Amino acid sequence: MRLGFFIREATRSLKRNAAPSFAAVATVLVTILVLGIFIPIVQATTVATDEVRGRLLLNVYLKTDASDTDVERVRRLIAEQTPNIKSVEYVSKRDAYLEQKRRNPTAYELLGRNPLPDTLRITPSDPDGINAIRDALTPLTPSGARTTIDPAIDEVRNRREDTDKIIRGTNVVKLTMALLAGLLIAASILLIANTIRLSVFSRRREVEVMKLVGATDWFIRWPFVLEGVLVGALGGVLAVGLLGVAKVAFVDPLTESFSLIAAPETLNFPLLVLILLGASVGVSALGSGISLRRFLRV
Amino acid sequence: MHDRLQGAKGGGATVSLRRELMAVDERQQRRRSAARSVEAPERPRPKKRPAPPPARPSGDALIAFHDVSKLYEGADVGLKEASFSVMRGEWSFLVGPTGSGKSTIMKLLIKEIDLTSGSITVAGKPLADIARHRVPYYRRNIGVVFQDFKLLPGRTVYENVAYALQVTGQRRSEIRAKVPDILRLTGLSTKLHNYPEQLSGGEQQRVSIARAFVNHPPLLLCDEPTGNLDPETSIGIMQLLYRINRTGTTILVATHDNQMVDKMRRRVIQLENGRIVRDEATGLYARDESTKEFAARLRGEGPRGGPDLG
Repeated sequence: MRLGFFIREATRSLKRNAAPSFAAVATVLVTILVLGIFIPIVQATTVATDEVRGRLLLNVYLKTDASDTDVERVRRLIAEQTPNIKSVEYVSKRDAYLEQKRRNPTAYELLGRNPLPDTLRITPSDPDGINAIRDALTPLTPSGARTTIDPAIDEVRNRREDTDKIIRGTNVVKLTMALLAGLLIAASILLIANTIRLSVFSRRREVEVMKLVGATDWFIRWPFVLEGVLVGALGGVLAVGLLGVAKVAFVDPLTESFSLIAAPETLNFPLLVLILLGASVGVSALGSGISLRRFLRV
Repeated sequence: MHDRLQGAKGGGATVSLRRELMAVDERQQRRRSAARSVEAPERPRPKKRPAPPPARPSGDALIAFHDVSKLYEGADVGLKEASFSVMRGEWSFLVGPTGSGKSTIMKLLIKEIDLTSGSITVAGKPLADIARHRVPYYRRNIGVVFQDFKLLPGRTVYENVAYALQVTGQRRSEIRAKVPDILRLTGLSTKLHNYPEQLSGGEQQRVSIARAFVNHPPLLLCDEPTGNLDPETSIGIMQLLYRINRTGTTILVATHDNQMVDKMRRRVIQLENGRIVRDEATGLYARDESTKEFAARLRGEGPRGGPDLG
């Protein structure tokens, strides 16, 4: 009886305020769409970045004239003198040459001889400690140049510069998306608050009568809260529907070609739907709450 | 009519204050019934069951104001040291020009505003003791009628009256039982499915009285109930209020229709600038009369058939 009454009252005033209600539904829809795209993207990029960081390597290039004993010595040196080592892989001149030749046959055909040095490829156990390893192997001199701890070492390099770019790039994407999502959430809350404010205004006679005949405060408030939640839920359900269609139509066919999308760590769809619906209802309850606090003096 | 009202009253008691009020009402009714059999006055319409005499002030006060002052912001005086009391079942008029404090008294009684100093007791309970969240339950014991009716547009007569029951959480079966009953009492049985816009001013006021009285509250406050109505329609409304009064309901009417007040010969509390300047709880009470005789007197005629709405 009561719930039926509340729902009837809420839908009655939704009909009466069709235009602002529609605006609020549309805003919630866009917000939830953006959130629905944003959350999987952030997850996928996080997974990808971690993967790249996990693949970070430090290449210790030896001098081209280094002998096998030099290689052994440097190898031992690395194992003894530097922390944070997961594994050290030896790539001989010949192996490196074959690998490069395989990637770029014509260029190496033209070269005619092997210009590549022997390489010790270090995988650090913690990607963030990679610079410490580098500094240990090639300490900085006061003049700013680098020396080596062993005469056989020619140079120590990593691919950190490249990964930094990737990380920075994904961070920019994340930040913009978060900003956009934040703005849209704020807009949704305000528009729902506005809808409820108009509803309170257009139902002020009802509110007056309810107060006169002795309706309790919460009896007066419930239809408005319900109205806001209905608006939010409607926007949320529409957005989730659109996302579902987009997933089936666009993302699913791509999963075979893109490992990123298929990354197993990304959220599964039902959980995402649950989060999005929760967000839409939460946003609308917040919006109604703001308006009721400010405009409904019961 | 009267018996049915009493029966409905007994069933609807939910709040202790209300139950207390009911108990007193019923005691009075019994007393009156006993008196009636002795007096056995002649009735103009033998078809009808004899109605009880109008409720006369009994020993205890339903409303008591003690030195009540109300200052509005900006030092506007709403009420200055007003003291009066209204007995159960009594009919009182509040008269005075606009701004004299009539509406302030009404608003204080429904606890829409709080007093500045003094004390008000209703049914022996100080209003100051009613907690903020209990106010809605307190208001269910008071019916309020306004000059501008305050009906909800877009809802039928039936829905308007039912609304008052719905929002106080009454069951559907109760609503189905009570609403047609009260609409019959107020003479609106044929207008059940009309919208307020389709009704005349008098009919709209009847709807608002029906809504105020559907719970059979022991106290009915009327703020300028005939302010928007022509004299003949006003008489009809007063007749209806008189009928309600005769069931034992205390009625407080704020008005500036002095002619009406003079003809009614009921207690008059006159206000000026927030002060009570006259309180005639006179012995001018008219003899026990039927609603029809009552209406005839209001029209300033001898006994003659008017529109009877019973």
